[in-house]
Amino acid sequence: MVGELEFEKPVIELRKKIVELKEFTKTTDVDLTDEIEKLETRLEKLENDIYGNMKPWDRVQIARHPERPTTLDYIEQLFSQFLEVHGDRYFGDDEAIVGGIAKYHGLPVTVIGHQRGKDTKENIRRNFGMPHPEGYRKALRLMKQADKFNRPIICFIDTKGAYPGKAAEERGQSEAIAKNLFEMAGLTVPVVCIVIGEGGSGGALALGVGNHVHMLENSTYSVISPEGAASILWKDASLAKKAAETMRITAPDLKELGVIDEIIPEVKGGAHKDVVAQAQAIDVVLKESLKSLQHLTKEELIQHRYDKFKKMGQFQKIDDFIGIQ
Amino acid sequence: MLKDLFVKKKKYAAIPSEHAKQDVPEGIMTKCPNCKKIMYTKELSKSLMVCMNCDHHFPMSAYERIEGLLDEGTFIEYDKNMISENPLNFPDYLNKVEKDRQKTKLNEAVLTGEGEISGCKLVIAVMDSGFRMGSMGSVVGEKITRAIEKAMELKVPFLIFTASGGARMQEGVLSLMQMAKTSSALKLFSDQGGLIITVMTHPTTGGVSASFASLGDYNFAEPRALIGFAGRRIIEQTIREELPEDFQTSEFLLKHGQLDAVIHRHDLKETLGNVLELHQVGGEVRW
Repeated sequence: MVGELEFEKPVIELRKKIVELKEFTKTTDVDLTDEIEKLETRLEKLENDIYGNMKPWDRVQIARHPERPTTLDYIEQLFSQFLEVHGDRYFGDDEAIVGGIAKYHGLPVTVIGHQRGKDTKENIRRNFGMPHPEGYRKALRLMKQADKFNRPIICFIDTKGAYPGKAAEERGQSEAIAKNLFEMAGLTVPVVCIVIGEGGSGGALALGVGNHVHMLENSTYSVISPEGAASILWKDASLAKKAAETMRITAPDLKELGVIDEIIPEVKGGAHKDVVAQAQAIDVVLKESLKSLQHLTKEELIQHRYDKFKKMGQFQKIDDFIGIQ
Repeated sequence: MLKDLFVKKKKYAAIPSEHAKQDVPEGIMTKCPNCKKIMYTKELSKSLMVCMNCDHHFPMSAYERIEGLLDEGTFIEYDKNMISENPLNFPDYLNKVEKDRQKTKLNEAVLTGEGEISGCKLVIAVMDSGFRMGSMGSVVGEKITRAIEKAMELKVPFLIFTASGGARMQEGVLSLMQMAKTSSALKLFSDQGGLIITVMTHPTTGGVSASFASLGDYNFAEPRALIGFAGRRIIEQTIREELPEDFQTSEFLLKHGQLDAVIHRHDLKETLGNVLELHQVGGEVRW
């Protein structure tokens, strides 16, 4: 199997053994039903042990899995009548972000998301899901359009980060991200964001100022990649595993820090094992989310979003301030 | 003793290096890192920390900035007793914050308050790169957001001087969220007609340049400040080519249409006063 992860090897080996035994029973007269049953019970226990106790680094591996479903995979599963539209109207079309209009359970919506490629060729075309300013400006154009036609906006977040390149800087990467944060704060329609893979820093947040922000169980959301954190903190990128633990980047961590609303459970072993079942799990949370936002007025939606982000952060008051006065 | 055999003995006397020879008692003289000229600190301070020889703009502390810019005696500081927590239980984090607190006499990497420039009342925020590289954690985000809310309440312009290496890693994703928080506050303020002016100073990068620093109605910068989203080294590694020398400077950004103007520090007070004045009379003049 392609893309087996280190930590799940015991499960995969045991599963292989069971298949072998079953084949063996078929081809010979020896009856191994008992043994197979025993092994299957053991497999179930092992799966629960391994997938139930995933370390942050295991989740990082799943979030980056080459076969992990992407925005377009979920769009296909969750929406009908999807029409992808292109371009920022200033410079070009950035395929690291996809967006368009569609129907969600009969309701017209705008869907936007980062888009990774599934193979090298597609990854080059989509710049590995790392947008340039024109990608963010396309997203903003679609959000403004959604606002005009009173359509809720659904954003899928899945990027290592905004692209760190020369052209990106020249065209105003900072400004493009900042402007998205700014304008998303003023949208008068419900905005629901779902982190489906990696939520890499400002490049992720630029699609992330939602009334609700949810995360798939094995996705990550962070201010810097574990490798980046390790190289800055300990001058050693190979300590990424340790950084992943220190930086608190997994869905349960973010829920505890008050940054996200719901953790969307994943199918055992990660979303890539069953995209249909995973889409169903997203559907349940997304529908509930939009339903609860539907009764808010335009003004209330803006206030709701503002209050949500205003609460984020931790600080304390002291009496012995120094100051110059 | 046998052990002594393994200890390297110094066979020479320590002679002060060329660098150390030039050092004068702490604080009296300052050497320009750009043109290497040595000048009196007092004179330099009078020149608003701009090198008299080569125009190099030294970093300014937040209090120096306030002193050099606002009308005398008009500054009232906000939220000076708010300090960081340690949300990720990051080893040694609060000690480092405390050290910078003692060093800079600031409670955090941004100083906020209200005051006047040429008689125009405004709310001002000044970041200080001497405090944890001006990085933005929860306190910086919260202080800036509260300052914007105050400007909204007082119906006065909001001016911010940025100087920051970006988001503060030790507060993890909470730092990232301060980008959304501050930008949201600016949006609400802007929709009520509030005037936003940003002045980017050296350095303004990462999460700060990708949020409030870029959201002014007027985005100004001081000469030759480093301004950009991604670090130069990271970009060079990514694209595998060397970048032009002026890459990510104020002048580079101006050339690429990302800034309204690059303003010399000596002209800042006058220019800002002019912009503030031009926005005060709006609509009330009749011929």
